[in-house]
Amino acid sequence: MSKPSSDQDTYYRGIPTVPYDLLKEIILAFVASAVVILVLAVALSSPDIAPVTIQAWAGQDPIDLVTTATSELAGTSFSAAYGPPYSNGSDSVQAIGPFAPQSWAGNAVHLDAAQDFVLGPLGTAAVGNPDLASALGAYTSADDATRQGWLSAYTDALGAASTQDGNVVVAKGNYGPVPVLMANLLAVARSGGLDAQLIAGGQFFATNYTRPLLFMGDGGYLAGLAESQHLLGSQWGMMNETGSYPGQAWLWLYSMWYQIPPYDTAPNADLLVVLTMLGLTLMLAFVPFIPVLRDIPRWIPVHRLIWRDYYRWQQTHATRPDG
Amino acid sequence: MSMTTKDAAPDPTDRTWTGAVRRLLERRLPLNHILPSRQPFFVGSWVYVFGVVAITGLIWVIGSGIVLAFFGPGWWHVSAVGRFVNSVHFWAVQVLFIFVVLHLWGQYFMASWRDGRATTWVVGVVVFVVALVTGFTGYISQQNLDAQWIAISAKDGINATGAGAFFNVLDFGQMYGIHVMLLPILVTTLVVVHVLQVRMRGVVRPIDATPSGGGTKPPGDAAT
Repeated sequence: MSKPSSDQDTYYRGIPTVPYDLLKEIILAFVASAVVILVLAVALSSPDIAPVTIQAWAGQDPIDLVTTATSELAGTSFSAAYGPPYSNGSDSVQAIGPFAPQSWAGNAVHLDAAQDFVLGPLGTAAVGNPDLASALGAYTSADDATRQGWLSAYTDALGAASTQDGNVVVAKGNYGPVPVLMANLLAVARSGGLDAQLIAGGQFFATNYTRPLLFMGDGGYLAGLAESQHLLGSQWGMMNETGSYPGQAWLWLYSMWYQIPPYDTAPNADLLVVLTMLGLTLMLAFVPFIPVLRDIPRWIPVHRLIWRDYYRWQQTHATRPDG
Repeated sequence: MSMTTKDAAPDPTDRTWTGAVRRLLERRLPLNHILPSRQPFFVGSWVYVFGVVAITGLIWVIGSGIVLAFFGPGWWHVSAVGRFVNSVHFWAVQVLFIFVVLHLWGQYFMASWRDGRATTWVVGVVVFVVALVTGFTGYISQQNLDAQWIAISAKDGINATGAGAFFNVLDFGQMYGIHVMLLPILVTTLVVVHVLQVRMRGVVRPIDATPSGGGTKPPGDAAT
């Protein structure tokens, strides 16, 4: 066989070599991993719990859906007040002092929660529905104070709401046209029409689920399902998978910060965690240049185990006059 | 036939860029470095197998991923064969990450960045980070409950950095395209670079190695 280059000859000088079949090792490793992967795939399959639709939400928890939609109209939902990149709000903008990178790129999605989640779909549904058209007209023509009064009263009433034949029933009160709007939105949602409208957003081809996911995320129904599958952040959900399957266990460190002070109660926890992980990742990448970190392998003699044959050999030959 | 240093002797009349690159590759990456059939005897440790198994895991991930991408993101939810291919993809990812982490810890405790190998370490960490992002976009692309919730809960961390304006985890089309096209190309390219770096410089010597001068028979080797 041809000799290695002089660089490696020099580097390994004095260290004996042995036959080594790289391709054989790769092929054997490939076969071994194939056996493990195929056995696991056949025996355990893979997790797949069907996605939640707004239609299912409307059927299973109509009060939650109506409460969420009312908060979208009132501008009090998580998404409505979020801020960049979804809206012009500021409730979810995280900062460390003046450092607020979330604000730098601005409002990229241009979400109008009331219009996109409620009024727009109702406007479509109002075609051929004079009662809804009238209620919609009454709502949009009212001044802000009047609308907020209706919404506030209706939100309070929803706290004691019940369902009857899938419809939401609240105590009598001064809610203006809001109950009619919500009854129709619920009907559209139950038919599956709200899923279609939020996904398509007026386009034929659709791959962007920003609006339906934000809408469902504002409610409690999807979060309840996530909690039952131990997916919440407080349940180390980032590294979990539905059922008993392993998830992204490699995100354990990222998930851990959310469980401990000061991150667990910080209003800017996401920014703190991301920056912490960025710092740790840079430290990992530059370990070769960081004193102490690069010295730990010398102090903790795992290498003595890994290269035990070498060190035994070295000890034997170090006593020789030529060694 | 392997290319020797003598074969690659520079032709003084060849001043082309192509010739310069060829000579560089012949000098730094001769075939007997890429496909060695002898190695220092200390390579006979299971730690050296972790990286190889991680690469075979990556091969299974990419192979099953190609089939899933060909039939589209909804296929595996409605097809028994698709479910099996997805399961192969799922478990191959687990195998890949287990062995990538083992490889990383093994190389850390071997201080494998020594003797001019720091960039090999840095590229390896970059591979790990890009693989994390690839796995993350894959979980978002599953089109099931898990994908919905991961997207909803992950958006805040990404938005907090400002990246949410151009990396929208709620946009399935964007995440899927990045997952099946851009990131696999990036991971594969970086892995090839990483492996070539290892082959170019050779594996690092044991910590505190004191070479004895050569010619000594290693334990269990009849060929030397």
